[in-house]
Amino acid sequence: MKTILSVTVNGQPRDDVVPDNMLLVDYLREKIGLTGTKVGCDGGECGACTVLIDGRPRHACLTLAATCQEARIDTVESLAHAGRLSAIQRGFHEKLGAQCGFCTPGMVMAAEGLLRQNPAPSEADIRSALAANICRCTGYVKIIEAVQAAARELAS
Amino acid sequence: MNDISPVQTIGLPQPFVDGPEKVTGKAMYAADFSAADALVGRILRSPVAHAKIVSVDTARAEALAGVLAVVTGEDCADTHGVLPIAMNEWALARYRVRYRGEPVAAVAAVDEATAQQALALIEVEYEELPAYFTAEEARAEGAIDLHEERPGNIERDVHFDLGDVDGGMAEADLVREMTFQCAEVCQAQMEPHAAFAEYDTARERLTMRSSTQVPYYVHLMLARVLGIDKLQVRVVKPYIGGGFGSRTETLQSELAAALLARKAGRSVKVVLSREETFITHRGRPESQLRMKVGMRKDGTITAVDFEAVQRGGAYSDYGIVTILYAGSMIYGIYDITSARFEGYRVLTNTPPCGAFRGHGTVKTRFAFESLIDDMAIELGLDPFEVRRANLLQAPTMTENDLLVNSYGLDECLDWVEQASGWRQRKGKLGPYRGLGMACSHYISGASKPKHWTGEPHATIHLRVDWDASITLLTGAAEIGQGSSTVMAQCVAETLGVDMGRIRVISSDSALTPKDNGSYSSRVTYMVGNASIDAAQNLKAKLIEAAARKLEIAPEDVECLGEVYRGGQQDQGLSFDEVVMEALGGEGTLTVKGIFDTIPESWGGRKYRGAAIGGTMAFSYAAQVVEVAVDPDTAEITVEKVWVAHDCGKALNPLSVEGQVQGSVWMGMGQAMTEETRLHDGLLLHANMLDYRVPTIVDSPPIEVKIVEAADPHGPFGAKEAGEGSLSGFLPALTNAVADAIGVRATELPLTPDRLLDLLEKTALAERAGGKEVA
Repeated sequence: MKTILSVTVNGQPRDDVVPDNMLLVDYLREKIGLTGTKVGCDGGECGACTVLIDGRPRHACLTLAATCQEARIDTVESLAHAGRLSAIQRGFHEKLGAQCGFCTPGMVMAAEGLLRQNPAPSEADIRSALAANICRCTGYVKIIEAVQAAARELAS
Repeated sequence: MNDISPVQTIGLPQPFVDGPEKVTGKAMYAADFSAADALVGRILRSPVAHAKIVSVDTARAEALAGVLAVVTGEDCADTHGVLPIAMNEWALARYRVRYRGEPVAAVAAVDEATAQQALALIEVEYEELPAYFTAEEARAEGAIDLHEERPGNIERDVHFDLGDVDGGMAEADLVREMTFQCAEVCQAQMEPHAAFAEYDTARERLTMRSSTQVPYYVHLMLARVLGIDKLQVRVVKPYIGGGFGSRTETLQSELAAALLARKAGRSVKVVLSREETFITHRGRPESQLRMKVGMRKDGTITAVDFEAVQRGGAYSDYGIVTILYAGSMIYGIYDITSARFEGYRVLTNTPPCGAFRGHGTVKTRFAFESLIDDMAIELGLDPFEVRRANLLQAPTMTENDLLVNSYGLDECLDWVEQASGWRQRKGKLGPYRGLGMACSHYISGASKPKHWTGEPHATIHLRVDWDASITLLTGAAEIGQGSSTVMAQCVAETLGVDMGRIRVISSDSALTPKDNGSYSSRVTYMVGNASIDAAQNLKAKLIEAAARKLEIAPEDVECLGEVYRGGQQDQGLSFDEVVMEALGGEGTLTVKGIFDTIPESWGGRKYRGAAIGGTMAFSYAAQVVEVAVDPDTAEITVEKVWVAHDCGKALNPLSVEGQVQGSVWMGMGQAMTEETRLHDGLLLHANMLDYRVPTIVDSPPIEVKIVEAADPHGPFGAKEAGEGSLSGFLPALTNAVADAIGVRATELPLTPDRLLDLLEKTALAERAGGKEVA
């Protein structure tokens, strides 16, 4: 079965015919070519596919595209405006919160979701918000610093 | 004009040159490539751990609509492997399968569902053989050989006996021996293995984009396995989602994609699942170690006698190198004269092990630093004192002929001792809390490459054209460790120009000079030096051009990076003007830089394989780990880690910190939670939940001190930063647990289950009045 999916992706309203069993991550990567969102596991294990659905971080690999009717989806590609990195992106870049970069889109979106809800998170808040996202390079130290730097920048 | 000076880039924190692409999602990893005609490739894997392949029938799969190609072992022209002396693996199994999940056939189809359906239509008849899942079973009398040319299932046995071990033991005031058992661990890099192969049928040319740390080795093996000329292959390395050694060799995903693309005459993408990525493995082997040390009352070590048995998995892979490192790396960190080693690398019916960050050295370090910690306490010495009693004096050659040219371990010890408050806090943290420490070291690249061809270790090309930008062409694989940034820094610093002038193009065999790849922490040292050499050659050309234009002698030209001038009163020439002068009559500038190791660093001939361990420079690290142990659940919390790492001159301190934190943390996973588990050869851990890498919630603050014992031959004095502090975490953790609750853990990972068992055994032994603790 197929569904006509009406959805807003990165600010652009779209209508697409999608199979009912298509995962949101496959819709984003394969149907509309937004390959910034990554697949790091076989489902719900690593957080690399994290996107915002109506502002909340969700695993795109555990979400059926057809269930996103009328939703607002934001991926990592949505954050930079007019070629300028967003605060969270600049934090990850300048503090070296990204080494290989593969977990980064998911990390960045989970952190973006956090800062939208809680602009002044404590370290414990940051750890809690990123608990479902695995990074294998950094030991997370600089990821925490990256989110803190972004929160500071947004506050100033 | 007096305030103009060359731009400094070395020693300053530099965000990565490819960072913006990573944080915006623009960075393209292998699985992100596509083409209108691209097919989906899937691999059929063996359901049995050891069997003869009686027949493979692909007729029904080939007949399925939407299937464009099916390949089997018959399509492989040859075997492959990373060591030229041990290439015994087939891209797709021929004659025999030797582990559960080994690739047997592959299919390319129009979509994933069709490919998956086709796999189910391939009929393979197996004749099962006895399978061995432990080193002990495989070594047992009567076990059949996995490979005919490896009798007794011994991939390699290593023996050396240097100095006077028996005399050293006799001379010691205290001799102690312990055995250790370490589980197998896997790199579990975030990006599952992926390969995108394009085949140009008109020209018979293959282009491969794959998740690899070693594009050159992939190039070699693609030509070999496809039976084509190496000039028919182009390998382009895209962005890579980590490696940690899992991709330091050609993998079946790459070979299967290439075989399918050629047969189908189309592009084929093979993206492995996480489960298949775990099956592909190439991790650190399960090991048993026996370590015996003799020590004088003052803590000086008189002799070391040890044995290591590694369960290597089904194919040779890096095995010979891994077991040799396990022995040779007893040297190079402390002043040890007499040491004896017996090493056995065993072939078993489990996924093949490979080279994992800290290759070969990690378990040796765990055993050694655990044992000497216990001995220190028995002798009434502080653990720091024992390490200090055995320090080396650089420059020196070790007993097994390893060159040690720079040595900052003493400074590392001083810092972690002070920063952790060791003297004031040790023993005073209250119940169930403790501090532990350990040291470690690692090579900065192997001085003898695996493929000895006579070429330099590293080659860099720089290209400068009319726009006055500098294009740095390197084969060195940027895999997230920041190598492209370091190379840009080396060139910028040598020329004194802004890094913005430099564009790095990494790893495209059609454009960039050959490089052996990113492993053994070779890139900063070797490719960094080649980058400096290239920049110096470019600078000489620019100075010559400036001299011509300024009508002065080249030795009178003052190079200020962005300005070249004849003296302080001279307005000078801009970089652009100098470049245009240099291009006059010559056109686009291309210069080259190379690096080669010095013969003194090649390692010895004292025993078979003694060159393994030879390096231009060692990094050193010391760390202190603070733990709290829950007495009811035996759960360990790492409260904090203080680590000092001697990387020589820190070219990019931001990146060095990131590498050291990542190393310590990866050591933590191995020490506390990570292990591969199998049942009859079936993986029980093959996902990111059951293979427990630490999450952000489990991970401690890691405070890093960079120690800069400059190496005389290193690029600006630099040494390696990305591996040396991993192995120290394991013993520092168990030493901290011993300090907290008084038990010595010898089995890793130290999960709550294992620690509870150990506590129970200890309590039982104490009740029985015996001293022996298993």
